Amino acid sequence: MGGSILEPMEKDVLILAIESSCDETAAAVVKNGREVLSNVIYTQIALHTQFGGVVPEIASRKHIEKINQVIEQALTEAKLTLQDITAIAVTYGPGLVGALLVGVAEAKAISFASGIPLVGVHHISGHISANYIEHAELEPPFVCLVASGGHSHLVVVKDYGEYEIIGRTRDDAAGEAFDKVARAIGLGYPGGPKIDQLAKEGNPDAISFPRAKVAENEYDFSFSGLKSAVLNYLNSCQMKGETVKTADVAASFQKAVIDVLVEHSLHAVKQFGFSKFAIAGGVASNSSLRKAFEQECARQGIRFYHPSPIYCTDNAAMIGVAGYYEYLAGVRHGYDLNAVPNLKL
Amino acid sequence: MRILGLDSSGLVAGVAIVEDDRLLAEYTTDYKKTHSQTLLPMLDEIRKMVELDLNSVDAIAIASGPGSYTGLRIGSATAKGLGFALNKPLVEVPTLEGLAWNLWGTEKLVCPIMDARRNQVYTGVYAFEAVGEGYELRTLLDGGARDIHTVIDWLNENGRDVIFLGDGVPVYGQTIRTELSVGYQFAPAGNNRQRAASVAALGSLYFAQGKTVSAAEHAPEYMRKSQAEREQEAKQAGGDTP
Repeated sequence: MGGSILEPMEKDVLILAIESSCDETAAAVVKNGREVLSNVIYTQIALHTQFGGVVPEIASRKHIEKINQVIEQALTEAKLTLQDITAIAVTYGPGLVGALLVGVAEAKAISFASGIPLVGVHHISGHISANYIEHAELEPPFVCLVASGGHSHLVVVKDYGEYEIIGRTRDDAAGEAFDKVARAIGLGYPGGPKIDQLAKEGNPDAISFPRAKVAENEYDFSFSGLKSAVLNYLNSCQMKGETVKTADVAASFQKAVIDVLVEHSLHAVKQFGFSKFAIAGGVASNSSLRKAFEQECARQGIRFYHPSPIYCTDNAAMIGVAGYYEYLAGVRHGYDLNAVPNLKL
Repeated sequence: MRILGLDSSGLVAGVAIVEDDRLLAEYTTDYKKTHSQTLLPMLDEIRKMVELDLNSVDAIAIASGPGSYTGLRIGSATAKGLGFALNKPLVEVPTLEGLAWNLWGTEKLVCPIMDARRNQVYTGVYAFEAVGEGYELRTLLDGGARDIHTVIDWLNENGRDVIFLGDGVPVYGQTIRTELSVGYQFAPAGNNRQRAASVAALGSLYFAQGKTVSAAEHAPEYMRKSQAEREQEAKQAGGDTP
């Protein structure tokens, strides 16, 4: 049957996306890879705070309780039904295996029962793709720094869905360092936003913390030395009976992290000859980090992109965007799709 | 009435379709692959084999726990996804009741024991009671996580003969042989592990009784809190004691 001329030339591609890799149960509907029709996030942060961090079993239990409501709400807010959906995208790694499995099993069952194709998405590919949502003009290639509680990657985005990791952390992820230092100075979990807030009242040059370089790879990161330096500083203050100015510790620690992230990232942009740079992941919503990148990118003539905080945290809209490009590339997953906790980009 | 049954609560993965008094299809595996890789492909296989229109299913019966936490969630998320996409209700069939149903009609007591680690078993005690032309399952000892000796003591006191089944048998068989004073049997292969056909058949009964939940509200019954919560409670309880 030939297409009627009354039919639109191209049909909208509507992706229903599901994300459950850590402590956010999320679903979203994304139109044509760039337009977010809905973005529903049920966050469990309050639940995990009393344990000082994410408890995998509790996260998995909450995911299964909330996942259908979150999906239903995402469709309702998008004013769509399942029948309108072109493909289902789901995060299948990396992340907590038990948490991932909830989203993966749910997405597979919906795909199976409805006949809608299934596209598995890499969580980090999602974070990077979050930058496409609010920047219609952004296209690969560019360099992207992905920094969150579980990840610190410097990535060359060669094309949609095509990545090369050029730098990674040797020990703690950036967000992990934030969490640990926050705990040490009594701020609690989650550490990132709390340090960001407290640092505003402190002097970032008050204490000189180390900026670690990794000998073999100029783009790699290491934050455990910095974390130890902060802990040592706190210890020595305690020994000497000095009062610790926690705002100064927060500000100085944060500056040490940011300095390293900025220097390595922008060095990579120059070395690879790109003019565009983006940040992604939970740490990308850190206000001082954004400011530092804004200033340094402006100085060096690099276009700087970052998602709004709501797209920096774990969310499904970003999975929908990444899933859209995977879908266009012909990626389809079968009913045996498994969660892969250490999935490679 | 067509009921789809799913069980991935233990090492066994099983899917079945029961139509009134007919078992249309059943697929059971007890293999090292994860349920994430087996359960839905198995369902796809039987759907194709018996040319099943999924929309003709009245409800999805799910082994709702106890069991392996991850296994339960793979089954539950699958059932919830199916229920959502097909707009069908779910029927929660407690795993221990589904197991007991494997021994339908026995005059003896039925005691499923599932290895719960931490020196515990998930267990309950059940009996069949003739109702009309069939049997209904009666619960004599509620399902729960407990020490094997607790249930052995209960059975010794009760005095009736009992059939054991479940993956706790290989682990605690010797304890049972040593400590049980009543007559006992161990169920054979084919009856001694989770079967989706039993979940679907018992699910049919519950469905007819109106015992359904929506796909959104269903969650597994773990019968145990997470380790983090248990430790926190122990710490708080300990902290309160002077």
